[in-house]
Amino acid sequence: MTELHSTSVGPPVAHHFEDFEQEHEANMLGMWAFLATEVLFFGAVFVAFYIYRSAYADIFKEASRHLYMSIGAINTVVLLTSSLTVALAVHAGEHKARRLMVGLMVATLVLGLAFLGFKAFEYYLDYQEHLVPAFNFAWEGANPAQTQLFFVFYFIMTLVHALHMIIGISVLARMIWQARRGSYDQDSTAVELFGLYWHFVDIVWIFLFPTLYLLRQ
Amino acid sequence: MSATAPALKIREPSYINAAYTAKSWLLTTDHKRIGLLYMVAITFFFFVGGLAATVVRLELLTPQGDLVLPETYNKLFTVHGVIMVFFFLIPSIPTTLGNFLVPIMIGARDMAFPRLNLASWYIFMVGALFAIVALIGGGVDTGWTFYTPYSTGFSNTQVIPMAIGILIAGFSSIFTGLNIIITVHKMRAPGMTWFRLPLFIWSMYATSLIMVLATPVLAMTLVLIAVERTFHVGIFDPALGGDPLLFQHLFWFYSHPAVYIMILPGMAVVSELITCFSRKPIFGYKFIAFSSIAIAVFGFLVWGHHMFVSGQSIYSSLIFSSISFAVAIPSAIKVFNWTATLYKGSISWDTPMLYALGFIGLFTIGGLTGLFLATLPVDVHVTDTYFVVAHFHYIMVGSAVLAYLGGIHFWWPKISGRMYPEWWGKVSAITIFLGFNLTFFPQFIAGYQGMPRRYYAYAPEYQVMNVLSTAGASILAIGYVLPLIYLIWSMREGEVASDNPWGATGLEWQTESPPPTFNFAETPIVTAEPYQYNPDGTFTPQTTLSVRQIKKEVAA
Repeated sequence: MTELHSTSVGPPVAHHFEDFEQEHEANMLGMWAFLATEVLFFGAVFVAFYIYRSAYADIFKEASRHLYMSIGAINTVVLLTSSLTVALAVHAGEHKARRLMVGLMVATLVLGLAFLGFKAFEYYLDYQEHLVPAFNFAWEGANPAQTQLFFVFYFIMTLVHALHMIIGISVLARMIWQARRGSYDQDSTAVELFGLYWHFVDIVWIFLFPTLYLLRQ
Repeated sequence: MSATAPALKIREPSYINAAYTAKSWLLTTDHKRIGLLYMVAITFFFFVGGLAATVVRLELLTPQGDLVLPETYNKLFTVHGVIMVFFFLIPSIPTTLGNFLVPIMIGARDMAFPRLNLASWYIFMVGALFAIVALIGGGVDTGWTFYTPYSTGFSNTQVIPMAIGILIAGFSSIFTGLNIIITVHKMRAPGMTWFRLPLFIWSMYATSLIMVLATPVLAMTLVLIAVERTFHVGIFDPALGGDPLLFQHLFWFYSHPAVYIMILPGMAVVSELITCFSRKPIFGYKFIAFSSIAIAVFGFLVWGHHMFVSGQSIYSSLIFSSISFAVAIPSAIKVFNWTATLYKGSISWDTPMLYALGFIGLFTIGGLTGLFLATLPVDVHVTDTYFVVAHFHYIMVGSAVLAYLGGIHFWWPKISGRMYPEWWGKVSAITIFLGFNLTFFPQFIAGYQGMPRRYYAYAPEYQVMNVLSTAGASILAIGYVLPLIYLIWSMREGEVASDNPWGATGLEWQTESPPPTFNFAETPIVTAEPYQYNPDGTFTPQTTLSVRQIKKEVAA
């Protein structure tokens, strides 16, 4: 759909831009604005969580102790590492190192899948312990309703995060295929944009992990 | 008339004549065509929402509930509210005039992200489809506010499809806002500095900020509603440890700023119209520009004034009340500046100007009654009465729709290449103004006397006001149907419009009517401030040069 035209310097740009710099800046600002939207999207559920966290402090602490902190911690390491690989991939893209860039993108993809694998395993363990609201929630201790509320938020927040991961991984898979064919040799803006998105998803987890797992004492 | 720029006009096919196939419209990335796609969609929804309102008004003609069942009545006002708010008012000006005008006004060839722009229309249509499914499947009876726990635990209507529809349509709103923000930041033509931007652009920018930052909160809130209703878990249900007030906080955190999504674009249009038809530069350009931003910012901090009687902390209420008063300041700055622009102006009474003047009057009434409602004790007296209904209709229908129609008439020659019939235009503007006031002013009185909203029956002493209101609604309906008929008629039969029929200064008037696909034959260079109108009818356009001309001269 988008016609390309060439300018005197740099890679071809879409018809409605004057030059590469303008296109690049527009794309970057667009992603930042989108991430601002995302901050408010997650912000709403974080606010709701923390209101109940302060209202039912002891109950939520007790509920939090039933999460697998070890799996959460491993996933934090996995995701932080993937942020490193994606940052290096962006760097490699800027230096026209195609093979290195593809390799780092694949590493990011593998780490992302590993995260989802661990997360799925954790959900399975949660299910075994009857902690899944609406499916098999059963709570022997006091205050089952408020405890369930904790797990409702746990599942909503981690599932929305996982959905962002799945979207990111799907986009990345397609980009790896494109990158191998040299689509980003002249212009690696797309890799840079993906890097921003991936870092954002990572940062959401950096807030989710302490919010859900660590606030238990 | 002062000199225009012949070099900017090289006759090439207009965006309408560029291609004729259905595919060329449905797969277009031209911001002007996308604006028209939106216009068709929201016009349809305007009349669907209007139909529901018509039945509501007919039911209220008599104090007894004798036309529809109580349950049907609940569904009718819900449908009216949901459709009008989410599928007409919020997209109205930003997606139609905004889409059409933002790139042209700043001298760009298109929006920054043309494909995202098209995608936003399809996303909107998918959301609309869910809404229609919800309607056909039996409707929704929660009111447009979806208050819990009724919406999640008790209502036996199509809450989930409707919530999904609104959620999806919300993303289209986010993408439109995002596109406008980036376009204004990065696509301005050479010489188009921030303080040379038409005030339309400043207001659209402020609107877009709200769209991008408030809509996601509504999205998450609807997700939580859908989860609670589907899985019967208690996020907002007090029986299961939840807090229904939290829903109201989250809902109004979006839905109050959404009021500014509806009114700021109206202010955008009116700022253009008033100065053009007064033949005077706008009074207080920077004040109007920054008041748009101030409204967007303050608008985020007043949501609690919807909850004065909900049992929230009295200290919160005091603060929300004070900040709500503060929003009146930038709003009043605009009204005073428009009035000062009119002062000693060389005013002409064309249809767009009639709409704009109507806007100022209705907005002033709607805004001042808003101050009544921001006052805690008065609000307690009139909460959930027709006073509130009248107040927000003065803003959202009186002001916003008048501005929308005024804008459509003003830019119709640019959009269609044809003039609308002026006499019929004036008739419609006056009919709508009179019909609107007859419909809604009696509601202030009935509400102040204590008539509650959202009931299908009422005490007989309110009947006089309700009969007046219903009579007004029938006049209003005629006023709304008229432009639909004569604008469609004018697309074939109207007088062919010149490139700049109003003698206006903006870049959009310096290109052809209708513009070519990429808006300008050559990238214009902006050489002047906006709104340099003189009382004798002459003016200085914002551009008389193009980049290529400069290059030629340098080469020579």
